[in-house]
This record gives sequence, structure tokens and C-alpha cells, in this order.
Amino acid sequence: MQYGLDRPMVTQFFEWLGSALQLDFGRSFYFQNTVMELVGERLPITLKLGAMSLLLAVAVAIPLGVAAALYRDTWVDRLALLVATIGQAMPNFWFALALIVVFSVGLKWLPVAGNASWQNFVLPAVALGYYAMPSLMRLTRAGMLDVMGSDYIRTARAKGLSPARVVFKHALRNAIIPVVALAAVELGFMLGGSVVIESVYSLQGLGQLAWDSIARNDYPVVQAVVLIIATFYIALTFVADVLNAALDPRMRTR
Amino acid sequence: MTTTSLPLPGTAALAALPVPAWRRTLRRAAGHRGLLIGSIVLGLAVLAAVLAPWLAPHDPFAQDVTQRLIPPVWHERGTWEHVLGTDKLGRDYLSRLLYGARVSLVIGFVTALVAGLIGTTLGVLAGYFGGRVDAVVSYVITCRLAMPVVLVALAMASLVGGSLKVVIVLLSLLLWDRFAIVTRSATQQLRDAEFIAAAKSLGASTPYILVRELLPNLMGALTVVATLEMAHAILLESTLSFLGLGVQPPTPSWGLMVAEGKAYMFFQPWVIMIPGVVLAVLVLAINLVGDGIRDVAAPDGRH
Repeated sequence: MQYGLDRPMVTQFFEWLGSALQLDFGRSFYFQNTVMELVGERLPITLKLGAMSLLLAVAVAIPLGVAAALYRDTWVDRLALLVATIGQAMPNFWFALALIVVFSVGLKWLPVAGNASWQNFVLPAVALGYYAMPSLMRLTRAGMLDVMGSDYIRTARAKGLSPARVVFKHALRNAIIPVVALAAVELGFMLGGSVVIESVYSLQGLGQLAWDSIARNDYPVVQAVVLIIATFYIALTFVADVLNAALDPRMRTR
Repeated sequence: MTTTSLPLPGTAALAALPVPAWRRTLRRAAGHRGLLIGSIVLGLAVLAAVLAPWLAPHDPFAQDVTQRLIPPVWHERGTWEHVLGTDKLGRDYLSRLLYGARVSLVIGFVTALVAGLIGTTLGVLAGYFGGRVDAVVSYVITCRLAMPVVLVALAMASLVGGSLKVVIVLLSLLLWDRFAIVTRSATQQLRDAEFIAAAKSLGASTPYILVRELLPNLMGALTVVATLEMAHAILLESTLSFLGLGVQPPTPSWGLMVAEGKAYMFFQPWVIMIPGVVLAVLVLAINLVGDGIRDVAAPDGRH
């Protein structure tokens, strides 16, 4: 009776919705804790993983995208596209396992699983970040190609500015605006996609919690995690729009 | 195909040329390296899947505990009897791989088809009618976009129980968003085109205009989205199967093969390497085909 399962379905749903709005998701069927306690425990790990993955993805995507655009149609460009295409084609659970085989078992550099120290986050972050990298790289490249052909770049060049200054100060600043917005959206994707990576590396994050709860038929927890990740996703998409407006004055007039 | 001029870049220029448009497109397609390689690999995968019963050297379900975990032929302990070795139950890996191609391709094709049907219907209706219809469809698209695909698919599969059919239905219901977004904006652009106005003034009914006049002009964009979603569906199927909520054993699915090999990967890395590489190559080929079609359809450049 403590779960109210005897009441009509519709009543239960609105009751759940009402308390969910107050961040009360009820109690887990499996643990004695409330869902919020469980989530609060796991969320930081997933956020840490998401942040590290995003950082890695951006750190690789932007230089690679800029290089690909500057050396268009050379081997640099082709290499960058190859790296991106492979990243989009590899199943991420398999890439995660392959990383373990090479770096944990083969080279013995990093731990296989767990979440004891920062080293435990390196491989998962690489696996998750590689998944987000291609779209960021492609957008950086497209943006740079677009900007490099514009009048103000020609003006900057004509002024006699150094090529590095033209590229980084004038071109990249403008090309990067949509990339920043996409990065926010990608972070949302990664929070949702972390289930797979967390289960491979047994990171005790939100994804692992969802995965375990699915196996235990612990629906209050599953509902809460899906809702929380969806909320994060919506919030991040909103942040992306705000960032776009903040970084690009032209977006504000409309 | 309608031969009326379109406001789409490229297609309009093509229609004005004396050589038939499709033949020029075909010639350009043959010269596109990515498209060529992608089509060949995809074609081979389809052939392998269709001819699996004749190509497979062994029964993919036949277990033989005395023949467990034999390495592939290039390994020093490998034999030609099992070219790609055997799995933990002594089943021939090559045979399972060939039958697994069926699972991946069926899921990819059917999901792209059903999701395409759902998404295109919604997108065309929203784009053509606008107003309230558009508001409702846009709201549904936004709701769909807010759902984390992997999590929702996992939760639903655990409720219903994973199987090939369940995976196809789930993925079709989750992957229609891009079809809807693309067709909606393309339809908005075409709604006021002259050929639509001409059809209207000839007294054509709305269904006729949508299906016979509008849809053929969306086919290029739809094909590109379909290949992307097919690749997406194949990756998601393998993920679900890997997590144990997709296709169920003993069906040979590539994702499942990786999951089954996981416990042995430290000492027999090929048990996860082979299905993973095959999966990546298939997805890569499909993506190449998609990119290729986009390039060929828009000759003005890659972007």
C-alpha cells in the first residue's frame, strides 16, 4: 500500500507528476532510499564523465577542424574527415571495449573499471568523447571555410596582420559560435548515451543506475532518470540558444 | 519524376540541360569514389546476408564444446575448418557473422522505411498546411527530441521484452524525427512553388499534389536521411543487443556476439574485434553511400 498501487492509473500518474514537479520521485522499489538520494549520489559521476568527454571532444575537434579547413583538400583535410567518419561508424560500446583491451590489458596504463580515481575516467571519457567529436569537427571545418572566404578576413589580411592572428583572432572567433551551441547539445546527448559507456566501465553514474534499475524493474528510478536526463537535454538546448544569441549579436535582432 | 523546374540548387540547373538529368547524375555517381566504395561494401553485405545459408560453412547454431574458442586462420593455432574461429560454445564465427548480417540489415532497412513513413507523413503535413497542424507536429517533434533515445529504448525493451520485432518497432518509433524535420522545411520551401500552384489551378486534389507533385521532389533529401537513419538503427540495435535487451540469443547479432565475447576479450581479443570491425565497416559503408548521394544530388559542392 505504501506505493499507492491500489489506486486508479490516472490518479497515480497525476500524483507522480505533481510530486515530480517538486523533485519528489518517491521511493525506489529496490532500495529503501528515496529516488532523489540515489540520483544525488550518482549524478556527479555522470556529470564529471560528461564534462571530461566534452572537453576532450572539443580539444580534438576544434584544432582538427581548423587544420582541415586551412589545408583544404590536402592530406590533412582527408585525415580529419577519415577520423570523423570512423568515429561516426564505430559502435561506442565496442570502441570502449577495444580501449580496455589496448590500454588496460595490453599497455597496463589505465585501470579497467571502477570509479576510484581520475584515471578511471580517462578511457570512458575518450570513448564517449570520440562519439561527439565528428559533428563538432565537421561544423568547425564548415564554419572556418565559410568565414575564411569572407570580406573581413580579406581586409584583415590586407591590413598586414600575421596569418596566425587572422586565423585565431578574426576567423575562429566567428566560426566557433555555432560550435559552442552544438557542444551544449552534444553534452545532452552524452548524458543520455552514457548508459552504455558506464555499463562497460562499471562507472557508478546515472546511466549505470538506470541500467541496473531497468534490470530490477525499479520503475520509480527509471522514470526519474529518464525525466532528469530529458530535462538536462532541454535545458542544454536552451543554453545553446542563449549562447548563440550572446556570442553573435546578429542573432539578437530577430 | 516531375520535370518542372525546382527552386532547389542543382536540380534546377540539371533540368535545363539537354542531356537527361538522371544520366548525368548517374555519370557523376560513378565518378564519386566514396559512393562507389560504399555501394560495393553495402552490396557485398546484402549479398552475404541473402546468400548466408549457401555461403556459411557451418550451421550458425551448431554447438561443439570440443571446438571452443578456436582462433581465426591467421593465428598460429587457427584452422581452415573455422576460418574466423569459433565462439565460447564452439559455434563457427564466420557462419554467425554471415547470419548476423541479416539481423543488422533487416533492422536497418525496415526501421529506415517505417521511420521514414512516419516522419515524412508528419513533416509533409506540417510543412504543407502550416498553422495549427504545423504547431502540433512541431510540438510532437520537440517532445521526441527531448527523449534520450538509448535510455527510452532500453526501458521500453525491458518492459516488453527484447526481440527482433520489438527492436524494429521501438527504433521506428524513435528515429523518425530527422525525416520529419527535413521534409517539413523542404515542403515549406516548395509549398509556394509554381508547379504546385499549376497543379492546384488544374484542379488537382490535395492528396494528389502531396504524393505526385511534392513527394518526388523530396526523394533526394529523403534518401540521404534514410541512409543516415539506417546506419543509426544498426548501431542502436547492436547497442541494445550488447546490453542484452535487443535481439535475444541464440540469434546471431553482431552486438550480441560482442557481448558474448566480452568475458573472453582479454585472452582472445578477436572474439570482440571481428564483429566490431564488421559492424563499423558496414556502418561506414552506409554513411559513405549517404554522403555520396548528397554530393551527387547537389553538384555545387560539399556544403
